[in-house]
Amino acid sequence: MKNPSIATTRALYKTIVYVVCIFLSLLSLFPFWVMFMNATRGTYEIQQSSVGLFPSTFLLSNWKILVGKSFNPFVGFVNSMIISSGVTILSVYFSSLTAYALMAYNWKLRQPFFTFILAVLMIPAQVSSIGFYQFVYRIHLTNSFIPLILPAIAAPAMVFFMRQYLLAALPLEIVDSARIDGSGEFATFNRIILPIMKPALATQAIFSFVGSWNNLFIPLILLTNKSKYTMPIMVSLLRGDIYKTEYGSVYLGLSLTVLPLFIIYFLLAKYIIAGVALGALKE
Amino acid sequence: MGKKSVSYAKYGYIFSIPFVVVFLVFSLYPIIYTLIIGFTDLRGLGVKQFQFLKDPFENFKIILANKSFRKSLGNTTMMWIANFIPQVSLALLLTAWFTNRNFKVKGQGAFKILIYMPNIITAATIAILFQSLLGYPKGPINDLLLKLNFIDKPLNFPQQKWTARGAVAFIQFWMWYGNTMIVFIAGVLGINPHLFEAAEIDGATPTQIFFKITLPLMRTIILYVLVTSMIGGLQMFDIPKLFLLGGPDSATVTTSVFIFNQAFSGSYLYNRAAAASMIVFGVIVILSIFLFRLLRDSDEAKMKKFKKEQKRLERLRAKGVEV
Repeated sequence: MKNPSIATTRALYKTIVYVVCIFLSLLSLFPFWVMFMNATRGTYEIQQSSVGLFPSTFLLSNWKILVGKSFNPFVGFVNSMIISSGVTILSVYFSSLTAYALMAYNWKLRQPFFTFILAVLMIPAQVSSIGFYQFVYRIHLTNSFIPLILPAIAAPAMVFFMRQYLLAALPLEIVDSARIDGSGEFATFNRIILPIMKPALATQAIFSFVGSWNNLFIPLILLTNKSKYTMPIMVSLLRGDIYKTEYGSVYLGLSLTVLPLFIIYFLLAKYIIAGVALGALKE
Repeated sequence: MGKKSVSYAKYGYIFSIPFVVVFLVFSLYPIIYTLIIGFTDLRGLGVKQFQFLKDPFENFKIILANKSFRKSLGNTTMMWIANFIPQVSLALLLTAWFTNRNFKVKGQGAFKILIYMPNIITAATIAILFQSLLGYPKGPINDLLLKLNFIDKPLNFPQQKWTARGAVAFIQFWMWYGNTMIVFIAGVLGINPHLFEAAEIDGATPTQIFFKITLPLMRTIILYVLVTSMIGGLQMFDIPKLFLLGGPDSATVTTSVFIFNQAFSGSYLYNRAAAASMIVFGVIVILSIFLFRLLRDSDEAKMKKFKKEQKRLERLRAKGVEV
């Protein structure tokens, strides 16, 4: 440390680290900053100079143009809210239940079932989308939220995560003592196991909700009725010709879809980051 | 003990029923149905009737010979590689910095939060946002680059194949390197700290420690990120679909965009789209087998430990010890 050249190297290292980190943080913020600012600026202003670092006064007129055409943020918001809430509740509850079945009971097919879950862990919904669409079409459920919500009951990746969590966090003696106290198996799960799993439920709920909220592919093929559009489908309307020169309105529409996510994210960022870390497979 | 566990075993089955039923109906059945459609003449909006083709593999042959499909595979591969290499490199560099034991980066929490942030924003929104930002001849990014004197005349990102592909790769990179970084940091934190201490005592420099100890021990995690990212990359849809609508000249059409366009626009070629889906599915299955082996090996070790612990508790209980 006393060697001046080592001290210089250290100072240089520190400077590089901070400069790069600050640059990357700005890189994350810059597009959204421009978006929020341009949402308040008029089309003429944006054409003059498209990077506005400060807000202007055209928010209201942008809003009027935006909702005067096909974009309806309230409908998108409510629909996405219904679907994402349904998906979150079902996936979190039933994944925990399945994980508990894998963890707490000694049944013959337990190991084969778990192997099966590992095997289908990564199968994406997209590859079966044609069959899924035809199936839903035949049972007349296109433009219904049911085929978007119900499949959440079988979420292999979440079952895997919940099982790993239970392995680490659940002492089986608790289950034994609940039995001695006369608690039924299902009641034990609901009243004792679920509360123990709260931290895991919370992180998985966030990811499930955000994942469902952001999903575009499957809703896009199933929902053709405008009153059923989700937020991402609404957003895709901003790409169309009707907003071609209404730059301010497009930025405003985009801002409206980002705002709820920003609020959730900056309130829960700590838990979300911890959740990502927890989800990573550890040796 | 043995009898008791048998009497509860049925609950293992009962509690798994909802998962199994929903999986069979909404996952397995659509996959099989997709495969079947791949062998038929099903096409056209609203058509329900279909017949098996005389040559059952006709759709598969047509798709494999289809220039657009091949091009979409090429596009997907190129854009994935151009996103993955910088993504992992930067994530590793940041991991090395954030886990450096000699110098703690101040404000690390805030940096992580900001770097991860784009990952949770709706990809559809990001695609259209970047379409606006990369506007030509006037757009925020061109204006900024001109002001900073990085370029002399505006770049036409959306109209040139390579800048368009580059932009898609950049957006994917920008959305995902934070996620990869956090996974890597978790991996480093999971390594036994004694190893680092021992290396420090032996006089290893931080660079040596990173390359000789950290990196080799993160092999599994890097492999995991590689495989999951490849599987995710094969489904790249929202960004290429909405950013430039697959253009210019189909340069950003990915396999998912190709499948979507075959099935849900034009002449509604469900059968061709199904065949293409199954080909992509085949690739994903091969990748999944790698991942499966990886997870199973690490799980077996975990389960062994868990069973050992359970046996120990049982033994103690048999001896009458309160646990």
